[in-house]
Amino acid sequence: MSFLAARRRHPAAIVLVLLLGLVVTGGLYTALAPKDAKAATATADDVKAGKDLFLANCASCHGTNANGTAAGPSLVGVGAAAVDFQVGTGRMPLTQPGVQAQRNKVTMDATETKQLAAYVASLGPGPAVPATEYTNGNGNIAKGGELFRVNCAMCHNFAGSGGALTRGKFAPSLRNIEGKHIYEAMLTGPQSMPVFNDTNLSPQDKNDVIAYLHNVDNEANAGGHNLGNLGPVSEGMFAWTIGIGLLIGAAVWLGRKAA
Amino acid sequence: MSTETPARSADALRKDDDTSAPAKGAGAVGAVASWVDERTGTAKGFRYLMRKVFPDHWSFMLGEIAMYSLVILLLTGTFLTFWFVPSAGHTVYDGSYEPLKGIAMSEAYASTVDISFDVRGGLIIRQIHHWAALLFIVAIMLHMFRVFFTGAFRKPREINWIIGLTLLMLALVEGFAGYSLPDDLLSGTGLRAAEGFMLSIPVLGSYISYMVFGGGFPGEAIIPRLFTVHVLLLPAIIVGLFTAHIILVMVHKHTQYPGPGRTEKNVVGFPMMPVYIAKAGGFFFIVFGITALIAGLVTINPIWAYGPYEPTQVTAGSQPDWYMGFADGALRLLPGFLEFDLLGRTWSFNIFLGAIALIPVLFTIAGAYPFLEAWITGDKREHHILDRPRNAPTRTALGMAAISFYAVLFFAAGNDIMAIKLHLSINDITNILRLSAVILPPLVFWVTKRICLSLQRRDRDLVLHGRETGRIVRTADGRFFEAHEPLDAHTRWRLVAFESNRPLELPEGSDSNGVRRMGAAKQRLRTRLSGFWFNDRIEAVTPAELAAAHHRGEYEALEAAAVEDSHPQEFGGHLHGGAEEIGTSHAYGHLEEEKSDR
Ligand code: HEC
Ligand code: HEM
Repeated sequence: MSFLAARRRHPAAIVLVLLLGLVVTGGLYTALAPKDAKAATATADDVKAGKDLFLANCASCHGTNANGTAAGPSLVGVGAAAVDFQVGTGRMPLTQPGVQAQRNKVTMDATETKQLAAYVASLGPGPAVPATEYTNGNGNIAKGGELFRVNCAMCHNFAGSGGALTRGKFAPSLRNIEGKHIYEAMLTGPQSMPVFNDTNLSPQDKNDVIAYLHNVDNEANAGGHNLGNLGPVSEGMFAWTIGIGLLIGAAVWLGRKAA
Repeated sequence: MSTETPARSADALRKDDDTSAPAKGAGAVGAVASWVDERTGTAKGFRYLMRKVFPDHWSFMLGEIAMYSLVILLLTGTFLTFWFVPSAGHTVYDGSYEPLKGIAMSEAYASTVDISFDVRGGLIIRQIHHWAALLFIVAIMLHMFRVFFTGAFRKPREINWIIGLTLLMLALVEGFAGYSLPDDLLSGTGLRAAEGFMLSIPVLGSYISYMVFGGGFPGEAIIPRLFTVHVLLLPAIIVGLFTAHIILVMVHKHTQYPGPGRTEKNVVGFPMMPVYIAKAGGFFFIVFGITALIAGLVTINPIWAYGPYEPTQVTAGSQPDWYMGFADGALRLLPGFLEFDLLGRTWSFNIFLGAIALIPVLFTIAGAYPFLEAWITGDKREHHILDRPRNAPTRTALGMAAISFYAVLFFAAGNDIMAIKLHLSINDITNILRLSAVILPPLVFWVTKRICLSLQRRDRDLVLHGRETGRIVRTADGRFFEAHEPLDAHTRWRLVAFESNRPLELPEGSDSNGVRRMGAAKQRLRTRLSGFWFNDRIEAVTPAELAAAHHRGEYEALEAAAVEDSHPQEFGGHLHGGAEEIGTSHAYGHLEEEKSDR
């Protein structure tokens, strides 16, 4: 004990204490941090096939080594999840440049997508395609709703009907989207969307959000037709057209009827 | 234009004028009526009411739609108060709506979700209430447009115009208070915005906000306060003012569109009892039925989907109900540079102008219009015959210009929805609407005025030359012409029975001694405005012109009598028709009763 006490004012002591602190917090973090929700790993053959597909379909914009050109960003480190999302929702390969890549007809089948993802993942570490146990939407709907309203509704609207962003960009509608793609969008932050990594929203949280969105898709409309779940604007349109139209129609009809 | 069968002639209507006590056995109703009358003396007033005559036109029923919507609102609102809990107290939801189970929320929100899912019939009543509110204000505004474009605001109805405007303003506030009550995400966002509006008031803003919210936002005071305002204060004022509004309609008698037999001194239509009561009662049920049908089929304000209000949350597409949209739109259009720092303070005129100043300014302009127009025309007479909008081109054009300005603001409130639905850039939409707010009103003014003048010209043509029949006639000497068919006297009446104001002449600036006359500047302004209003005008066809047209041989067959009959000015400014004239020209001078023609 006196050995330590004697040396506690040694110039190196502070450095040691700091180091110790960092090691402990780092160790604790790795022990406690939520685990990545990884799906199955890819083989070397996948990577090779993926590279060929990439050269044929993507290199014109993303460069032969996927490190980016003026027409498309570098894909080093975007991870398999980004490819699975972009290709799996038909956004990539991009058909025409615009303000924002949009959901489109899917042109790659599941194996091709997997191979492309394997290739891009081999370029640098990045988020992997999530395991189904976190994308099946078996989460807590109420909690997911709350998370959705805190994190997503300001752009995507309370029911995921979509919303406008600046200069023609937009947060797309989230109606009828596969759980996996919802998860990957949160994980990789495509286009203008921010990234919600696993410390921000844990895999379980993400699954709750998926549960909420799937519930919106499947829920019976308690109040009747929901007018697109767009809020008061569509209600106002309805009142000014069909609503008052019916009432005035009735007034005209009644006025015509001689007493 | 009699619409009554001889059996229901004025004599028949008068039969209950009989003042002697009803004979024994006159029926239970009669007995009760006389029992009440002997103790309250209400029979006379009742008879007066029952014999009011109402002209029939669908546009006169817009006010009725508003009236019935108000009744629907009162009925359904009362139902809602039985279950709504006006409290910001915290609770955790444990009702039957799964997607909210276990979520922390206010009691106000929880009780609204309960009304929607756990109170029998609660959701349909909520939806009827909200749809009725939207339709109420749509109807009020259309009613106001009808009153404006037909000139029904002219003497003696200026007070009713002002009362009406006050009702509209109160209805806006009432609606806002209403949709702020459930404390869902959207209503909380609206209140947050309202707090921001208050804060933008120079100097006083923060004091006002603290006073309204009883401290910082959101606090616990605002919901109970809004509740009192929404269910007690404003409904009481609205019902009171509405009663005054209707009493004034009774006192002034309803206006009517021009037509043969309709004069400034009669009202042609149905008596209140039994015809109008039956029609109006039926119409109430139609309005209620249609509102209930809509409420049963179409969701409105799905608060369960919005979620409870949390100050940290917001949803895309946060808009107010439509009737507040114009103020929201003004905010979206006002450029950001209107916020600046001066004297160590921030002045947020980008918000203040749209959110606080706009409404009073618009209402003041609307309230001033009848008086402005009366001053310009110098017309002190009463008007009970409505103008056809085309016959007051400048007024109609000004109204349309105002509506176009309002519409631009209104659409601006939906700029984000337009952007996603039309795949346009929200920035472009906003800039186009900014431009439209400046350019569109003058353009609409000009176009409307041209259209009115052309319609008037067409009317003149019709009167002078009759209707083109498309029948080509060959004369004996081989010439061809198209046969024109003269209008019948009834149709012609509608086309010639109007007066067209002439612009004022500028009086001498100084009197004979060279002394400048008092108020000369005011007079000049008036003359200038009068020129703006009336320089472009089309006059009604005079009997002389008509006779001349006939003389040129276009249709001899017309008798001179009909010609004479068709022009109002021939009779010292009175329209002359088949109706019985009553009383003096003073609106209050003939309160006793009016008569339908015949
Ligand atoms: C026409 C040019 C073009 C083609 C072809 C193309 N991309 Fe892209 N890609 C882009 C652009 C531009 C972006 C950025 C999109 C945005 O932010 O809206 C992008 C973005 C991406 C991203 C998201 C990167 C990130 O940071 O998350 C992925 C992954 C991707 N592309 C994969 C592919 C794949 C795989 C292919 C081939 C199947 C492909 N792209 C073909 C232009 C292209
Ligand atoms: C709560 C809102 C209102 C209700 C319930 C209401 C109801 C009515 C009703 C039932 C009538 C008689 C029928 C008709 O002409 O339509 C009437 C007449 C009238 N209203 Fe309103 N009104 C409201 C608001 C307004 C507003 C906003 C204005 C104008 C600013 C207005 C101005 C008038 C005038 C001038 C008349 C007399 C019209 C005439 O005799 O031709 N009212 N109102």
